[in-house]
Amino acid sequence: MDGDNNSKGNNNIVLKLSITALLMFGFGFALVPLYDVFCEVTGINGKTDNERYQGKAFEKDITRQIKVQFIARNNDAMPWFFNPIEKTLTVNPGESILTYFHAKNPTLDRMVAQAIPSVSPGRAANYFHKTACFCFEQQPLDGLDSIKMPLIFVVDPDLPKDIKTITLAYTLYDITDKAAVEVKITKLSQSSINDSYLTRRD
Amino acid sequence: MAGPDKGFSRWLLATNHKDIGILYLWFSFAMFLLGGSFAMVIRAELFQPGLQLVDPNFFNQMTTMHGLVMVFGAIMPAFVGLANYMIPIMIGAPDMALPRMNNLSFWILPFAFAILASSLFMEGGAPNFGWTFYAPLSTTYAPPSVTFFIFGVHLMGISSIMGAINIVATIFNLRAPGMTLMKMPLFVWTWLITAFLLIAVMPVLAGAVTMMLMDIHFGTSFFSAAGGGDPVLFQHIFWFFGHPEVYIIILPAFGVVSEIIPTFSRKPLFGYASMVYATAAIAFLSFIVWAHHMFTVGMPLVGELYFMWATMLIAVPTAAKVFNWITTMFKGALTFETPMLFCIAFVFLFTLGGLTGLMLAIAPADMQYHDSYFVVAHFHYTMVAGAIFSISASVYYWLPKWTGRMYNETMGKVHFWIAFIGFNLTFFPQHFLGLAGMPRRIPDYSIQFADFNMISSIGAFTYGLAQLIFLFNIIRTIYFGEKTTEEQTWESARGLEWTLPSPLPFHTFERPPAIK
Repeated sequence: MDGDNNSKGNNNIVLKLSITALLMFGFGFALVPLYDVFCEVTGINGKTDNERYQGKAFEKDITRQIKVQFIARNNDAMPWFFNPIEKTLTVNPGESILTYFHAKNPTLDRMVAQAIPSVSPGRAANYFHKTACFCFEQQPLDGLDSIKMPLIFVVDPDLPKDIKTITLAYTLYDITDKAAVEVKITKLSQSSINDSYLTRRD
Repeated sequence: MAGPDKGFSRWLLATNHKDIGILYLWFSFAMFLLGGSFAMVIRAELFQPGLQLVDPNFFNQMTTMHGLVMVFGAIMPAFVGLANYMIPIMIGAPDMALPRMNNLSFWILPFAFAILASSLFMEGGAPNFGWTFYAPLSTTYAPPSVTFFIFGVHLMGISSIMGAINIVATIFNLRAPGMTLMKMPLFVWTWLITAFLLIAVMPVLAGAVTMMLMDIHFGTSFFSAAGGGDPVLFQHIFWFFGHPEVYIIILPAFGVVSEIIPTFSRKPLFGYASMVYATAAIAFLSFIVWAHHMFTVGMPLVGELYFMWATMLIAVPTAAKVFNWITTMFKGALTFETPMLFCIAFVFLFTLGGLTGLMLAIAPADMQYHDSYFVVAHFHYTMVAGAIFSISASVYYWLPKWTGRMYNETMGKVHFWIAFIGFNLTFFPQHFLGLAGMPRRIPDYSIQFADFNMISSIGAFTYGLAQLIFLFNIIRTIYFGEKTTEEQTWESARGLEWTLPSPLPFHTFERPPAIK
């Protein structure tokens, strides 16, 4: 048997297959953005843009009306009171609408919340544009405080004709812990900067 | 050439493919008994409605650990062990291509499973989120031991990937002259394709648990909607691994059955080439059907339709295989030794499991079947009657060749019939339970499910007992079995392994054999 040839061939195969395995490990992570891109392109999963809509302005389409329903709910142990001020609106596509959601923190502690929107039917997600939304940012609220949170949206006139009702559901998450961690990290790094500054001056 | 070392260092420092194969096979048997004992706890609790033996959280730990240990600890290492032992012999190679890496990939496993099993004794208990470990159950709501679980999965993944690389290198580089790809035994072919599947998807699983780790400890939000992530993303990534995984488990079983059925039918395998192409087709399709596990997450209609049709397409190559096995048996001079009995049961019961798979593939019907006992029945027909039956068959088939001693045929047949009856008693009623609406992974159930559950539990204890007979028969054979030195243990067996003496010498094919 030709030992040299074999070990060369083995090394070659091991190298190629190890690289494949590493690439597939990367592919697992690449699935995260790919999945988002796929949902965005196809408009499935009810994922809406979580950024301010900056596209073209629309002309009001007076030939049809769309019923827009609002749902507000809390995730898990979130204790806030959270509800839409108007449960249902009837709007014309292309028309810019302002509405509010109400939130109250019934606890005595300051908390931070994040609202996550979801549109159904999923096909409507790409045609529901938000020009202002409380869901774009984290919402801190002191204990026993309440707030009226604005939403400005416009329904795209290109919305498929068979969709007559759009439901926008917000789920409110308690992210106090996560927000606190971030604050702590910035504080820590700041103090370490100061420390090193002090040491150098000494 | 030197013989084996004496004592424990023979096993700890093993680089001989047969020794490593033996290690893998015994390890998988130990894990099979461990996972089986978890199943006994599950079935004992479900013997009657109400909570009798264990509390619900421990019950959930049992279902989780049963699944993990059986899939990653029992079935996969058993087939890797068979591959280590048989592939070099079947292709006329002196050993595996990378013997030292082979040693490492085995010895990682006991540590991985010690870590996983130790979580049972930790505060908060073992993982309790199901073997599919869906986020956020496995992240936000997981017991603290989840980190050990993640590390265990990483280790298993590394072991599997190294094992797979070794198998591919062996098959590509060490075939005897004249052993062309299309002359390879089907067991070698199915393992070659399985190895590629492993290399492609085990890293994706590693990625999924790494993301869990980061979500739990490093403040990322891959699977947490609050931070802009998506729990459904977890299911997509998991099943991108998970569906090829079920073929990783079943393809080597196809290979084993394709070796054994021709032997006891005294005919060559019908449709060898079509078997190879069907295996490749199944492997390819396994990558594009993953979301059929997720019909109820709220996919759009086009998604449901695509995954439904693509899944049903898998029935075509699979059916080609089943017809080939049946045609091999057709008008053959059949005898029914224990390995053949297991293989015939495999063909029959695996086909039933495939048919319920087709039922589950119908998206609108799946809305009802999803997460019910129907699913449990379905995948046990494929995993137990598919993978475990074929492993049992292969042990009986090759044990005389490995040990130079014949197993007790009567005891083998008793094992088969008790296992066959016990298996069907356990899992056939679960179809009815599922259709009637009993959900899976629950420690207590509504009173109308009581009778079928009791039958199912009795069947499970019976099946468990059968495995002890199996274990006894193997040990008895090794020490007291009737000696056989025949090269050809089975009169019509084909393949290079039957040209070698029994028991197999420590080193084989140091000179490559001539292939006709």
